[in-house]
Amino acid sequence: MTDSAFVVVRPGALTTVQDLGRVGHAHLGVPRSGALDQPAHRLANRLVGNAEGAATLETTLTGCAVRLRRPATVAVTGAPCTVTVDGRPVAWGAAVRVPSDALLEAGAAAHGVRSYVAFDGGVEAEPVLGSRATDVLSGLGPAPLADGAVLRLGRPRGPVPAVDGVPHRGVAPELVLPVVPGPRHDWFTPAGLRTLSTGDFRVSAASNRIGLRTEGPSLERARDGELASEGMALGALQVPPDGRPVLFLADHPTTGGYPVVGVVPERYLAAAAQAVPGTPVRFTPFGPRPRTTGAR
Amino acid sequence: MTVRTLPVGEHGLLIEVDSGEAAEALHAELLRRAATRRLPAVREIVPAARTVFLDGLADPGRLAAELPGWRIPPLDRGDSEIVEVPVRYDGPDLDQVAQRWGVTPEEAVRIHSGAEFRVAFCGFAPGFGYLTGLPERFHVPRHATPRTRVPVGSVALAGGYTGVYPRSSPGGWQLIGTTDTVLWDTAREPAALFTPGTRVRFIPVLVPVSDSAALEGAASGDADPEGAAP
Repeated sequence: MTDSAFVVVRPGALTTVQDLGRVGHAHLGVPRSGALDQPAHRLANRLVGNAEGAATLETTLTGCAVRLRRPATVAVTGAPCTVTVDGRPVAWGAAVRVPSDALLEAGAAAHGVRSYVAFDGGVEAEPVLGSRATDVLSGLGPAPLADGAVLRLGRPRGPVPAVDGVPHRGVAPELVLPVVPGPRHDWFTPAGLRTLSTGDFRVSAASNRIGLRTEGPSLERARDGELASEGMALGALQVPPDGRPVLFLADHPTTGGYPVVGVVPERYLAAAAQAVPGTPVRFTPFGPRPRTTGAR
Repeated sequence: MTVRTLPVGEHGLLIEVDSGEAAEALHAELLRRAATRRLPAVREIVPAARTVFLDGLADPGRLAAELPGWRIPPLDRGDSEIVEVPVRYDGPDLDQVAQRWGVTPEEAVRIHSGAEFRVAFCGFAPGFGYLTGLPERFHVPRHATPRTRVPVGSVALAGGYTGVYPRSSPGGWQLIGTTDTVLWDTAREPAALFTPGTRVRFIPVLVPVSDSAALEGAASGDADPEGAAP
């Protein structure tokens, strides 16, 4: 059969359609969503000649397998894994030509968490507020991949660039996250803030697309009570009542009532998205002390 | 209006004011300035209870330095169109809410449907608005233990806010009624019926006898999304 689509043969632990997300709707309670490892998603698209905003598949730890219904140029990036076509190994991190009816499989991640599978023409799905991304918090966008589901592919837009392959950027033994203090660092005691910068934290297995949860010491609060709901940033380190920081990733809620002790700049979030449970996490101070203004 | 600015990462700014009313006035002023290109380019403008969060600013420090010099006019409730939401006041918590207010359930319905509401901000779920408009003496607490499932269309109270659940979800607010009005529909433009600043009135409709028991449900469960969720 040839039509511009593929059939899901093995969905893996959680495989979703992702793009660059739906920016500009946070005031309606709509999370940004989109690929957690954006550089890997963009790279996969570039390798197959797509615009960087085309939709890819984002796998979680165990990869996925799909059977193509048309010939396609594909590329797998992000977490390194075995890539096979009808069981024969092909290159990871490179454009690969896959014939119609062939089984394309991205295996379990050798390092990291999330691999990205790009197809020339991109994954087609009905855009919701301008994005095809699956948002696991609010359920917007296409459903996560399921056995036997058929997903459509778009029309390839032109020649595939002449790139042999790209090296994997390597795996750090620990996740180092620079933190800009605030907006609510004053809700924590000096000892609590020291705990953040010196404590032994690890990535919790309860992490997901909404947030990277940590295990480790508890941050001591300087004040009790609830914070009135306020807007939450991507990369916010929100501290729930148990005192263990949660790093907000792409599907994070747009408002929240727990204090945010600091914010990790966006360019460090791709590494967070690839940190497997158990990875040591170190929070370091970022750059110059930010300016604040009081009543002047 | 006292304005305090707090840094949020490299490109964000949280602007804090003294009251919900002031936050709404500040949000309106930010939108006016954005519409007339008197606001630097920004990716998100997110109003909330006492703050407005701006994200995606090239230079948040510069805006923070300018803000204390702004003249922010008081909120103009204006004469914009009012969204009318028909409600069956049949919620399982209506009697308790009436008791807290020291009135009969019928009187509680008159109080709620007699007020004019305004969407102060959205959050929790796409299309969920936090509506202000009830005087302070009618504020009610959330349930100590949220329900695991609140039906879609439930009209609910917590603190000073009224909200309508855009889809079925866990929730800890006091359920006073139900509406068939669709709050969120991505096939519609705009998808959200309630956006910050929208004026809203709840119109009581009769409860069909056969439906009156549909909402009875136990308050129990554990789900409570990240902080201050409905």
